[in-house]
Amino acid sequence: MRKKEYSTNHLTKKEEMEFALLVKENMKRAYFSALGILGNHDLAMEVSQEAFLKAMNHFDKFDRSKKFFTWYYKILRNLSLNKIRDEKNRKQVELLEIKKYSVSENDLAVNFEKDETAALIEEALMKLEPNDREILILKEFENYSYKEIAELLELPLGSVMSRLFYARKKLAKALEGVEL
Amino acid sequence: MTDRFIYLLETYFENQLKPEELKEFNKLLDSDPVLKNEFEQQKRVKEVLKKMSLKNPSSEVWDNYWTIRHNRIERFVSWFLFIAGAMFLVGYGIVKGVESFIADDHSPFILKFGIAVFVIGLLLLGFSILREKLTIAKSDKYKEIQR
Repeated sequence: MRKKEYSTNHLTKKEEMEFALLVKENMKRAYFSALGILGNHDLAMEVSQEAFLKAMNHFDKFDRSKKFFTWYYKILRNLSLNKIRDEKNRKQVELLEIKKYSVSENDLAVNFEKDETAALIEEALMKLEPNDREILILKEFENYSYKEIAELLELPLGSVMSRLFYARKKLAKALEGVEL
Repeated sequence: MTDRFIYLLETYFENQLKPEELKEFNKLLDSDPVLKNEFEQQKRVKEVLKKMSLKNPSSEVWDNYWTIRHNRIERFVSWFLFIAGAMFLVGYGIVKGVESFIADDHSPFILKFGIAVFVIGLLLLGFSILREKLTIAKSDKYKEIQR
């Protein structure tokens, strides 16, 4: 069983207020970043909030000279990848039991403006590995610079460019035969 | 695909190519149809994605976003108090029950003996099941699978 800590006792009133402000400033991009990895509204909400709670409990370890989001993103990314692992295990069993895979209303489709093209792109995006989807969302939807992505993913600039290039290539392949 | 081509391509998309790099990039595209195809494919994907946006959840969702902290703390404290209280009450009930059972002079010895054996058996069974669950939980490789 994973240990969950919800205590805020170690934070002073001032720190709590400071943290609440950081949540307000970063919650949207936190959600969209989680959505990029997880591809599901409910999970993205849950994991981004969970990551904030975890960040709050370790706020004393945060180096104030650095960017909060870069520090937070590492927590978010780890939790998201753990979630994917857990969900994968669960889905495998669902498939064995019910012999069908049903797309939830909360899946990424709903998060795009609903039209046929969006649905096709969403389907193609969901075929990608989470790492590829993550970097595409960061760059193409969230408009992060290469430098920012490099900081978030702790990768050299050249690797960011290369991963983006190959992620787009995979998306193009997944979109093959689709009239856009 | 060379790293240099990828660098030129990505920098081109960012409009950050220096004049000499742009020249180099165009030369590469003109001289190699494979690279030209790659460029067209990448450009097409970027254009398609540019038309899309991630849907923003409603403002209520954002208004309530951080209230989860209070909810979780409340739930954690509530559950803790509930379980602690329940354990205390059950424990107190058991002690009192055993006391009155021992002190009861009216019930025949055979009934007392039967009930005592029954309760001991029940406790042992509960302990055994609990121990099995805990041991299996540690080593069960199928624990992720929902039964």
